[in-house]
Amino acid sequence: MITEEIVDLSRLQFAVTAMFHFLFVPLTIGLSLLLAIMESTYVMTEKQIYKDMTRFWGKLFAINFALGVTTGLTLEFQFGTNWAYYSHFVGDIFGVPLAVEGMLAFFLESTFIGLFFFGWDRLSPVQHLACTWLLALGTNLSALMILIANGWMQNPVGAVFNFETMRMEVTNFAEVIFNPVAQVKFVHTVAAGYCTGAMFVLGISAYYLLNQRDLGFAIRSFTIAAGFGLAGSLSVIVLGDESGYTDGQIQKVKLAAIEAEWETSDPPAPFTLFGFPDQKNMETHYAIKIPWVLGLIATRSVDVPVVGIREILIENKQKIRKGMIAYELLERLKAGDDGPKIRKIFLEYQPYLGYGLLLKKYTENVTNATEAQILLAAQDTIPQVEPLFWSFRLMVACGFAMLFIFGVAFYACSTQRVMQYRWLQWIALYAIPLPWIASELGWFVAEYGRQPWTIAEILPTHLSVSTRTTEELYMSLAGFIIFYTLLFIIEIFLMFKYARLGPSSLHTGRYYYEKVGGAA
Amino acid sequence: MTLDYEILKLIWWLLIGILLISFAITDGFDLGVGALIPFVGQSDEERRVLLNAVGPTWESNQVWLVTAVGALFAAWPLVYATAFSSFYFVLLLALGALFLRPVGFDYRSKLPNPRWRNAWDWGLFIGGVGPAFMFGIAVGNLFEGVPFYFDTDLRSYYTGSFLALLNPFALLTGIVSLSMLVMHGAVYLQLKTEDVIANRCQKAVIFSASVFLIGFITCGSQITFNLIGYQIETIGELNRALNPLDKSVYTALGAWMVNYQRFDWLWAIPTQVFLFTVLTVALSKRGKPGLAFITSSISIAGVIATVGLSLYPFLLPSSTHPDHSLTIWDSGSSFLTLKVLFWVTLFFVPIVITYTSWVYRILKGKVSVAKIRENQHTAY
Repeated sequence: MITEEIVDLSRLQFAVTAMFHFLFVPLTIGLSLLLAIMESTYVMTEKQIYKDMTRFWGKLFAINFALGVTTGLTLEFQFGTNWAYYSHFVGDIFGVPLAVEGMLAFFLESTFIGLFFFGWDRLSPVQHLACTWLLALGTNLSALMILIANGWMQNPVGAVFNFETMRMEVTNFAEVIFNPVAQVKFVHTVAAGYCTGAMFVLGISAYYLLNQRDLGFAIRSFTIAAGFGLAGSLSVIVLGDESGYTDGQIQKVKLAAIEAEWETSDPPAPFTLFGFPDQKNMETHYAIKIPWVLGLIATRSVDVPVVGIREILIENKQKIRKGMIAYELLERLKAGDDGPKIRKIFLEYQPYLGYGLLLKKYTENVTNATEAQILLAAQDTIPQVEPLFWSFRLMVACGFAMLFIFGVAFYACSTQRVMQYRWLQWIALYAIPLPWIASELGWFVAEYGRQPWTIAEILPTHLSVSTRTTEELYMSLAGFIIFYTLLFIIEIFLMFKYARLGPSSLHTGRYYYEKVGGAA
Repeated sequence: MTLDYEILKLIWWLLIGILLISFAITDGFDLGVGALIPFVGQSDEERRVLLNAVGPTWESNQVWLVTAVGALFAAWPLVYATAFSSFYFVLLLALGALFLRPVGFDYRSKLPNPRWRNAWDWGLFIGGVGPAFMFGIAVGNLFEGVPFYFDTDLRSYYTGSFLALLNPFALLTGIVSLSMLVMHGAVYLQLKTEDVIANRCQKAVIFSASVFLIGFITCGSQITFNLIGYQIETIGELNRALNPLDKSVYTALGAWMVNYQRFDWLWAIPTQVFLFTVLTVALSKRGKPGLAFITSSISIAGVIATVGLSLYPFLLPSSTHPDHSLTIWDSGSSFLTLKVLFWVTLFFVPIVITYTSWVYRILKGKVSVAKIRENQHTAY
């Protein structure tokens, strides 16, 4: 029997392990590319310092990468261990990008990381550089495959339900790969990774500048990070806006929830900058609205309305009623009553089957659900507005803060005033957590905003879980939390130790702690 | 021969087998090395020799596991879903042990403190022993059947307990898996090290190969004489999409041997395991670890092939509802998915093998204490 508690615990475990995993992923994505850029500079200029930079930032990369790999394995196992029905229901489509990720991307990444660290003396500089680029390429391709998988959860295209096997089956792989949601999510996510890598290098370099040591090393690192970060943060904002547009087209509920758009307002819709959403009464208190902006972002037009939650709720009640018919037809098909006529009607109602399945949370007898149950299921289709509203705004604020920091840093680098702007160095150092906060909030908005579905409008979260017991889930969840906390403490400890030590950790004899006086 | 659905189902049985064999041959020796670290390496520097013998390549080897699990998910979603949720704690324990490897390799030598390093050595030991043992336990349970059933929505319900998975036969298969990979790891270490370390590895080969062979033969006789096997009685048209609930299965003592009774020549596979393991010991003793590595790889491939051929066409038998067992005919993905993924695999796997082999060539040569001293700040 699936209880609410089992569903909540399974979700919590997935959220904890996935969000923990994503503490390490964006840095891997961004820093791998930065390493490739630094090493390219080394190969082109033949200046030793760029090699030292590649190797030192590579050391920090390794500390982060180890936990990325560790926590990534969990996710691949967890679809099976905790989301068995989901895995059965959509494995035909969702499993494919995961399998391809291994063959296409993760092999590249994991093979060439070995040569990155241990190949310096065995390869020519150009060969080694090629390895570093392949490492970065693998990392980015890996993100592409994972986001194709995730994009399909948000916008399940190119697939159809097959009642004989009781699952979704692929009809068109090209649609799955070129899914617009997957594509915008991919570019937005890797750009967020570039910001993370850049902020990491910028902040730690600023720390050396503040301490007046290894200046040549720090200034060069700071400059590369500033340029890369400026490009990254501009992309992340522009592509985030693209995401908003795609949401407006495809994920209307999510958009309405993020924006606390209760009513469908006359186009172009205003954007609620600030306010206190009140889900019960479906209104936003003390709302500060900017005219036109939401309409422009979501529809790229001035005459198309952005659909509000109230209207969506009414639509979804209708969809649930059609879903009940689809469910009844499915029951008859399963019972062997599968003449061509009933198949034809089922085909017509099949798109609403997921809405019918929403009722399973409230009754086993979906076909005869009461009005009250239909209303409850319809209300479930609207995610909790308040957490989405605030998370989204905080994420955007982090994004603009980073744009500002990278912008100023870039200006300071191009006018050679980095050393004078001590305030900038302080800000850069303490801004290091910003990209992580933004990434975690972004994923929260994307996934929490997808509720109550695991596969949008097809499979409710409630039905996706494995049939394990609550005791087992408490045990595994506690195990993950304890294990991950320990690993995290160790990782942070090593990261701080090596970041503080700086390039002296390379033992080249050229850096601060290896020299009295510490000239760079 | 056209690539019809039935042929594709069979091809995917072979491909998953090949991916699992690749994992066992490549990452298998890394797991074996993990298990050997505290015993073969008796000083910090010796242990670093062992770590660095596999350090640059273990990560790439582990991707065979990631790929095999991904392919399992994509090609047999129902098997992935049912097996992983049924073997819940077995897999989570294997996973927990696997956690210790990336961090163990990378973090161990980052601090000079002996207690820190020693703790990570035991972490890497668990990281080697745990998965090798747990995966073996899972295989043992496949032979015994797993207590699960489906409802008409194809939602699976596991009705056993965690401890039931740790039964005597499964523990035995766990030991077989572990000793097999320890043998393989010891052979690889013998190839990559010299002098006293290589000598210790050679002794480890003899010990682990003996445990492995005795265990393998005991398992074989258990399966032949004491275990209930499963065979399909009736099933629908194999070239179509089949629902696993629409077949009937009978069980009988020793029924896992039916395939060998039907095709005598299949005996060549388990026999091969025996011969190549003996050969591995002999070659290792004669100081030819390179050849011994090849023979031990063949032996490992033989073990996995033996498991697959004995169970064929079953993938996950149900002990409480034999008719609900999963077979290669009724748990695969759709025709289109199997077809597309087949071509993708055929395209990428040779590329992967090409560049990973190139990396092994670049990194060839023995690791010694002297080399560790020379690179003490960059080596693992």
